[in-house]
Amino acid sequence: MSFRKAAGGRIDRNKPISFSFDGKTYQGYAGDTLASALLANGVHLVGRSFKYHRPRGILTAGIDEPNALVGVGKDDAHYTPNLRAPVIELYDGLKAESQNRWPSLGFDIGAVNDLLLSRFIPAGFYYKTFMWPKSFWTKVYEPKIRAAAGLGRAPETPDAARYTQVYQTTDILVVGAGPAGLSAALSASRSGKRVMLVDEQAEMGGSLLHNLTEVIEGKSASEWVADALTELKANPKVTLLPRATAFGYYPHNFIGINERLTDHLANPPANLPRERQWQVRAGEVVIAIGSLERPLVFPDNDRPGVMMAEAARAYVNRWGVLPGRRAVIATAHDSAYRVALDLKAAGIQIATIADLRGDVSGELVSAAEAAGIRVQRGAVITGTRGRKRITQAHVARIQPNGTAAAPEAIACDLLLMCGGWTPSVHLFSQSRGKLTFDEALQAYVPGQSVEKERSAGACRGLFDLGAILEDGWKAGADAAAAVGGVVAPFRVIDVKGSVKESGGYLGALPHGRNVNTVKAFVDFQNDSTAKDIKLAVREGMRSIEHVKRYTTTGMATDQGKTSNMNALGIVADTLKTPVPAVGLTTFRPPYSPITFGAFAGLARGDLFDPLRKTPSHDWATRAGAAFEPVGQWMRAWYFARPGEDMHAAVNREVKAVRSSVGMFDASTLGKIEVVGPDAAAFMNLLYTNAWTKLGVGKCRYGVMLREDGFVMDDGVVGRLAEDRFHVTTTTGGAPRVLHHMEDYRQTEFPHLDVWLTSTTEQWAVVAVQGPKARDVVRKLVGDFDLSKEAFPPMSVAETAIACVPGRLFSVSFTGEIGYELNVPADYGAALWEAVFEAGREFGITPYGTETMHVARAEKGYIIVGQETDGTATPDDVGLGWAVGKTKPDFVGKRALARPAMSAPDRKQMVGLFTEDPKVVIEEGAQIVLDPNQPVPMKMVGHVTSSYWSPTVGRSIAIAMLRGGRARIGETVYIPMPEGTIAAKVVEPAFYDKEGERLNG
Amino acid sequence: MQPFSAFNLFRRALGGHTSWQAQWRQPSLKSEYDVVIIGAGGHGLATAYYLAKEHGVRNVAVIERGWLGGGNTGRNTTIIRSNYLFDESAALYDHAVKLWEGLSQGINYNVMYSARGVLMLAHTVHDVQSAQRHIHANRLNGVDNEWLSPEECREFCPPLNIAKNIRYPVMGGALQRRGGTARHDAVAWGFARAADALGVDIIQNCEVTAIRRNAAGAVEAVETTKGTVRTKKVGVVTAGHTSVVMGMAGVRMPLESFPLQALVSEPVKPAFPCVVMSNTIHAYISQSDKGEMVIGAGTDVYPSYSQRGALHIAEHTLDAICELFPMFRRMRMLRNWGGIVDVTPDRSPILSKTPVPGLYVNCGWGTGGFKATPGSGNVFAHTIARDEPHPINAPFSLDRFRDGFLIDEAAAAAVAH
Amino acid sequence: MLIINCPYCGARPEVEFRHAGEAHVARPAGTESLTDEEVVDRLYFRSNPKGMTVERWRHVHGCGRFFNAVRDTVSDFFVTTYKTGEPKPDLEALKAGAAK
Repeated sequence: MSFRKAAGGRIDRNKPISFSFDGKTYQGYAGDTLASALLANGVHLVGRSFKYHRPRGILTAGIDEPNALVGVGKDDAHYTPNLRAPVIELYDGLKAESQNRWPSLGFDIGAVNDLLLSRFIPAGFYYKTFMWPKSFWTKVYEPKIRAAAGLGRAPETPDAARYTQVYQTTDILVVGAGPAGLSAALSASRSGKRVMLVDEQAEMGGSLLHNLTEVIEGKSASEWVADALTELKANPKVTLLPRATAFGYYPHNFIGINERLTDHLANPPANLPRERQWQVRAGEVVIAIGSLERPLVFPDNDRPGVMMAEAARAYVNRWGVLPGRRAVIATAHDSAYRVALDLKAAGIQIATIADLRGDVSGELVSAAEAAGIRVQRGAVITGTRGRKRITQAHVARIQPNGTAAAPEAIACDLLLMCGGWTPSVHLFSQSRGKLTFDEALQAYVPGQSVEKERSAGACRGLFDLGAILEDGWKAGADAAAAVGGVVAPFRVIDVKGSVKESGGYLGALPHGRNVNTVKAFVDFQNDSTAKDIKLAVREGMRSIEHVKRYTTTGMATDQGKTSNMNALGIVADTLKTPVPAVGLTTFRPPYSPITFGAFAGLARGDLFDPLRKTPSHDWATRAGAAFEPVGQWMRAWYFARPGEDMHAAVNREVKAVRSSVGMFDASTLGKIEVVGPDAAAFMNLLYTNAWTKLGVGKCRYGVMLREDGFVMDDGVVGRLAEDRFHVTTTTGGAPRVLHHMEDYRQTEFPHLDVWLTSTTEQWAVVAVQGPKARDVVRKLVGDFDLSKEAFPPMSVAETAIACVPGRLFSVSFTGEIGYELNVPADYGAALWEAVFEAGREFGITPYGTETMHVARAEKGYIIVGQETDGTATPDDVGLGWAVGKTKPDFVGKRALARPAMSAPDRKQMVGLFTEDPKVVIEEGAQIVLDPNQPVPMKMVGHVTSSYWSPTVGRSIAIAMLRGGRARIGETVYIPMPEGTIAAKVVEPAFYDKEGERLNG
Repeated sequence: MQPFSAFNLFRRALGGHTSWQAQWRQPSLKSEYDVVIIGAGGHGLATAYYLAKEHGVRNVAVIERGWLGGGNTGRNTTIIRSNYLFDESAALYDHAVKLWEGLSQGINYNVMYSARGVLMLAHTVHDVQSAQRHIHANRLNGVDNEWLSPEECREFCPPLNIAKNIRYPVMGGALQRRGGTARHDAVAWGFARAADALGVDIIQNCEVTAIRRNAAGAVEAVETTKGTVRTKKVGVVTAGHTSVVMGMAGVRMPLESFPLQALVSEPVKPAFPCVVMSNTIHAYISQSDKGEMVIGAGTDVYPSYSQRGALHIAEHTLDAICELFPMFRRMRMLRNWGGIVDVTPDRSPILSKTPVPGLYVNCGWGTGGFKATPGSGNVFAHTIARDEPHPINAPFSLDRFRDGFLIDEAAAAAVAH
Repeated sequence: MLIINCPYCGARPEVEFRHAGEAHVARPAGTESLTDEEVVDRLYFRSNPKGMTVERWRHVHGCGRFFNAVRDTVSDFFVTTYKTGEPKPDLEALKAGAAK
């Protein structure tokens, strides 16, 4: 660590750390970042740029870093690409690698783009070429471009980490723990209100952590920070969240915060998630996220060893690192003089300060000159030398006509730049507050607020430490007052050693060189240069959004933090318009990139979506059932015995239902209790059927329409009392139907005295179906008279079932004698076993959804969502009989009366018999009348259900066919890749059309 | 128009690219046009281009409130496919795909149409049935779409998780190989440049404030922030703002505008070779040429013009992405944004004449308009030029809601959007 | 995630609610008397305003009640909420109030 100062900084010299970069091992200290540790080892070449593969170093000391991006991870399952070296905390054994280079960082073939090709590949070059021959784009050009693009490599192994989410409310949220944020948190917390203070860095304090000159209330900046944190930590109503990025400002003061918990640890405890996403609802928000230093745009401003001035000060003061031995400083702002003084004090030679401003003077300038530092006024950098590390800066005087004179070459190993400071208005802008352009600052600052928030400190354009601290205090106090807290609204905070600073520049600098060959970078990572932006403007891209998209400026992983304002300056200069006239690109979340996994949190695997299981689920699992997801439910699909495939199992199950008895878990059916004096009137309005005359103890099959007249749902409804109906719905439709019913009950028919209750989860339902069903059920219902005279099909009764109060329905979805046994859900598993025991002597066969489907198709019963698709009327699917023609009104009645709803060529439900009875058509297959017509063929329908019917001994299918009922007896064709299938149109009922088995 | 080619790029490079002209003019608004198109998104610009190119109607203004291509054209996830169920939809979208295939050459602008394949996943038995129905219909319509087993899906898209024990296992997928992506901005810019070269005036930063009708009720002029323009024909192509603009002519629309979010990851080296869509769990993903994973969400749940969506909607999308592609969980969201999509009751677009003579509307593309851009502009130009629809867009009339002949792709797919 | 003020339960987060379409599109008592045009307009055609909109919400994961709301579709912020059956507020007055 030959570039480490002997003393000073916030690193722990007693804790040396070993880490590796590109396979080579280095030493650092606890408290280092990867960037500070690399710099301490004299490593400046850290990355390669996106397009030209230019060698790049470390530009910043923060999240705005565009150059020094690395991949980190001990193995692929822990690998993260594109991390910024300045914000990677060093830990023992950290393994980092450079990106976007081949074969090595030092020798990168891709640099040919820079050295030979760059003049042919300006901004947007790809829109102008690669068009011939036509087929080459996808096969040749695009793969090459894609391989060259991208930065790091994506991991290929599933992520091993865990992520969690926390929802929190707070009275006051303070974002940023620099001087303004700390001060705001202090005042806000003294009001007794709940305060959250979040900061993206590991250590709170922001710029105060490298400020060695100013004295706050008699304390050094770092002592003041320590005292402030001590007070905040001692307050139980204050939550401090370091390593936490407030990434998004959502409506109603809802803030997304990403907290990183383990990435800085060599051996993270197993119980800690890697990251925790906080979603915080704040009464008031104080935004105190500071400002960002702007680069200067001059030729070759991107070499390793070129760095932001304040970043160098931070490396020296906070990490005890010398980023070089001999520095040239280029600036347009006073703050660089403070940097020069601190660096000089640390032993770095300051070769010169080249200040853009011709007439600069003031306390800091005088101090620099008094310290023997050469200050060149009205001077610019016109170029640099040194491919993998800067060796020279070319400093030239700006002539009265604004051009650069012949430069002087000055040897250096560090070039610092400061183009001024840009307030970070990201979160304010995300909150939809209106930005205003401050002419004096030449920067956008927060204007009119929309949310309950206020900005404090540098992020609203204040740069004097005393003013920032007082502004922070006031913001915290105002926020507290807004939520009913009381605290002194103003406080004078004495700061010594402050000097008023000013300056700043937007845009590209004069350099007197061939504008067509030099590269003055605006967006470092994306390699967009001043020349590119000018080209874009020349080509008609006048809005900043066009320039951004055409040149990709501001679209790199720093999202324009270092580039946006300079780009605006260049466009404004080229168009000769004021900066605000160019517009401003929208600030979008996230503030800095956030891990996908943190958004997903625990929503993975079984927690991805709630999983609903039926009462017989465990039993079915033990019985070897296969399951299918139906909405959120997991239902038994079929119960294969050893050696059986699905086909064999379903055949056996269907045969059992037809010849003996089967049992089926129907608990997933939606159930709604409709109760009240006007229950029947309500049912009359919600279903097409007439309900008034349905007797107590009787059931009816009901059809529900949407207001537009199309079938929405169906199900059996039992009348338990004059004022009480037990309504069943389809499995997937239950919530939709209840919502629909509630809508009409509450808003259209509020005069009806009726109540709705979802009882889907209250009742477990076992369907017992088959010729022996009555024999089985009889064993479970005690004295209840099950005879067909006393309890005929479509009856309902409240009675004990397996000794539990239940509801017994005689309903059939198979065409056989059938019962549906409803008991309270807690008894569902027991009922299932009881039915199985009772049926044992009859060889009762559990069956799944597939057999249910086959059996109902044999009977021609529809399934809503399979035969219907939201565009079917009741008549289309053969349910015209269920529409109460004489009813004065029901939902959908009027829409159903439109002419198109009864057009003769509508798709109507029919049955199909394939010519070859062994051929089972694929569901979804399309039907044509003329199989020999050319493509595109005129399709007249499609197959909705298709099975091998073990009962009929052949294939059966149900189809929706245009004008279908008139085509019964005709032959239609189903063209398939393997050949055309001919099929005869038949009635859509294949078995026991008269329904005699129900009466058996 | 300066031709774009490798040769010209080379030649102008020698002069430092200083001789490139503006890709389109900055014309001032004239007082009269044969046709005024409101909205300079991809569809509007394509309409103007085809009006000029195929119908000889060159006295055309495209009036844009903001900057061209700044609406949904520049905000979508750029998916292109045509494997729709109904004949009418398949014809419309496949017309577009055929135009995509030669578009770069046709307008001399590389729009980077990349037929890398769109794979639509099935997670339930119902999804499988629906996919099969689409595949069979597509085959008979001459639209490519094929069924892949889970293993074949994985082979086509190696990062895909086809484990059986996840909450919604992949049961297979429908692949349209001609489907893919294109570079959205280039589509707007390319059509703008080509239309401009044919004489079309593109007027940016100009907001339409009124549509004036004569005594007979027909369109006679459009008032804008830059003055009044006389015209007998107005084409409204304003996506999420259609209800607002049509309201100026007193026409009520069967539309609601919803926020639709999308997001991208940081750029990485090629790791995702195709487009994958899952309607069941709401995940749409591809990788851009720049290397970003481009991810689309479902719409937010309430109508809005705010151009932003809720955090929990974006979260739900990333839940799905992380579930299907667990190796991407460590990747990071770089940028998240919202657009405004106009949704019709049957989720199919409207390309139509209107009750107002001389007023035409192209809207209702919902979440999927980008894919149709050239086809939409092509048939809409025909509709405006001839005052009657092209056979391809005849079924997509405004009248279909009155007549009851809906083209209900959403219901047919039984998905929520 | 918006905060929505349910007229029955007070301020609750958006995820507890379900948007339920444009408000005050009443179902006429005698639907028989409607023309096809009127039926279609009511079924499919919407105001879809940019700015103040009057819409229905249901506190579906709460009290289950439907209610009406005035919301600004540009900011997404609610101006007011009120119970079903209460008259539609004077939007012009609300706009004037919001401008203050």
